[in-house]
Amino acid sequence: MNTHAVRVIYKYEMLRAWETLLQSFASPVLSTSLYFVVFGSAIGSRIEHIEGVSYGAFIVPGLMMLALLTQSISNASFGIFFPKFTGTIYEVMSAPVSFLEILLGYVGAAATKSLIIGLIILATAGFFVPLEIAHPVWMVGFLVLTCISFSLFGFIIGLWANNFEKLQLIPLLVITPLVFLGGSFYSVSMLPPAWQTATLFNPVVYLISGFRWSFFEVSDVSVGLSLSVVLVFLGACLLVVWWMFRTGYRLKQ
Amino acid sequence: MQSIVSVAGLSKTYASGHHALKDVTLNIAPGEILALLGPNGAGKTTLISIICGIVNASSGSVRVGDHDIVSGYRATRSMIGLVPQELTLGAFDTVWNTLCFSRGLFGKKPDPAYLERLLKDLSLWGKKDSELMTLSGGMKRRVLIGKALSHEPSVLFLDEPTAGVDVELRKDMWSLVRRLRESGVTIILTTHYIEEAEAIADRVGVIHDGELLLVDDKLALMHKLGKRQLIVELEEGVSALPESLFPWALDLSTDGRRLTYTYDPHTTHTGISGLLQAISSAGLLLKDLKTTQSSLEEIFVNLVKGKQ
Repeated sequence: MNTHAVRVIYKYEMLRAWETLLQSFASPVLSTSLYFVVFGSAIGSRIEHIEGVSYGAFIVPGLMMLALLTQSISNASFGIFFPKFTGTIYEVMSAPVSFLEILLGYVGAAATKSLIIGLIILATAGFFVPLEIAHPVWMVGFLVLTCISFSLFGFIIGLWANNFEKLQLIPLLVITPLVFLGGSFYSVSMLPPAWQTATLFNPVVYLISGFRWSFFEVSDVSVGLSLSVVLVFLGACLLVVWWMFRTGYRLKQ
Repeated sequence: MQSIVSVAGLSKTYASGHHALKDVTLNIAPGEILALLGPNGAGKTTLISIICGIVNASSGSVRVGDHDIVSGYRATRSMIGLVPQELTLGAFDTVWNTLCFSRGLFGKKPDPAYLERLLKDLSLWGKKDSELMTLSGGMKRRVLIGKALSHEPSVLFLDEPTAGVDVELRKDMWSLVRRLRESGVTIILTTHYIEEAEAIADRVGVIHDGELLLVDDKLALMHKLGKRQLIVELEEGVSALPESLFPWALDLSTDGRRLTYTYDPHTTHTGISGLLQAISSAGLLLKDLKTTQSSLEEIFVNLVKGKQ
């Protein structure tokens, strides 16, 4: 294991976030706080409790997932796309590092950044609504798994994209709608039956449901199913990245 | 010959269908400086990119230090340093940080004393805390060399190291390359500056359209393929060559004042004495005489033209 390489990649990526502190951490926290103000306070005060949880608290896991997913993808995709774009990727490609070590460096840093953002948002939410976490270990587990798996997904997008438009394409046109329609701001049970069935094809529903269960013990699907979906997604991303490195897709061709 | 880099039957066809390398076989001895000459798009960069692990080969094999570059990539890449053609550097890193990054990437533990020495050798020590975007093109080129040397490689690839740099920096680079060779580093450089190959290389390889046309000792190449010409300037121009001069296959200039005789300087009888006597007998008066030797550039051009 080339631990020196993992360390320098990880450190480099974390420093990049540190040098753009406002953009990396303050910006997602501000936008999430605005969601709390608009949905939690302004609209939430007019909405009744959902499954025994106040609306303001109910949306916290969904908002955290919204930020985690978008930040994980954005951090990881940009982290690998930018060296490709500037040409500095040559150095990583010519170094004695395995795909696993590259992943540990880039994806590890992207996941860490998202995790920090998630925790900051959680702390921020505490200022707006009273929060209790029923299963803290599960909450942290879902948080970490989501950060890693979506950072991996972002890494795939960064490898695949060969221009800035493609880099933004999937996060904007696929991920954001899936998160908004995945029960971030409502319970799936509030939808008409036909839409409830359709929503079950949205993988983000399982993430948010499992994560919300760890807070309030209320969920749209069973927690076991949620965990399975996250693990399957993680495994699928790992397989795709392994294949990309093995074939040199968009890297060595 | 014991090789530190051994390329066998290497071919590369890109997804676009472009056949960048065609069955290239090449052996590089430890401690030598090999210059790969070729026009733009000849396949030079593809060849070194494959050896360094940046591009996958379509077929063939490469061994570095007796390790295969695919199955033994950790060993081969640890031995190699690469200076790319483009000035590809992060804008906001400092010189010191980017060298530390490179050293770590290649699995070496931090060694500030070595990096300090390296930066001093490259006349960059005073700029160690400068952001890369503030450096001149020449300094960026030196930083790239520093990055490539940061992990103490035994084989260094320089992809057109002096493209677009001024004469002074070019001479500095040449002297750096010589110093590196003295310290035991094997150097492979690609260039289309013939004078560069002529000045610093031990052997020269000519690559064109994906084919390695030849690899030979630089002096032997000039000896084998170099022609010498005797140029005879006449006091008065002639409209046509006298029949008595036909055996020498002379070229007559358009103004009729200059005769060019191409000969092999390595044969016993060059035919120069006979030619001069024949010119005198033909009643032509000499104004001046001079000889020229083919440069590596002419040899290169002739080889490339011969393939077209």
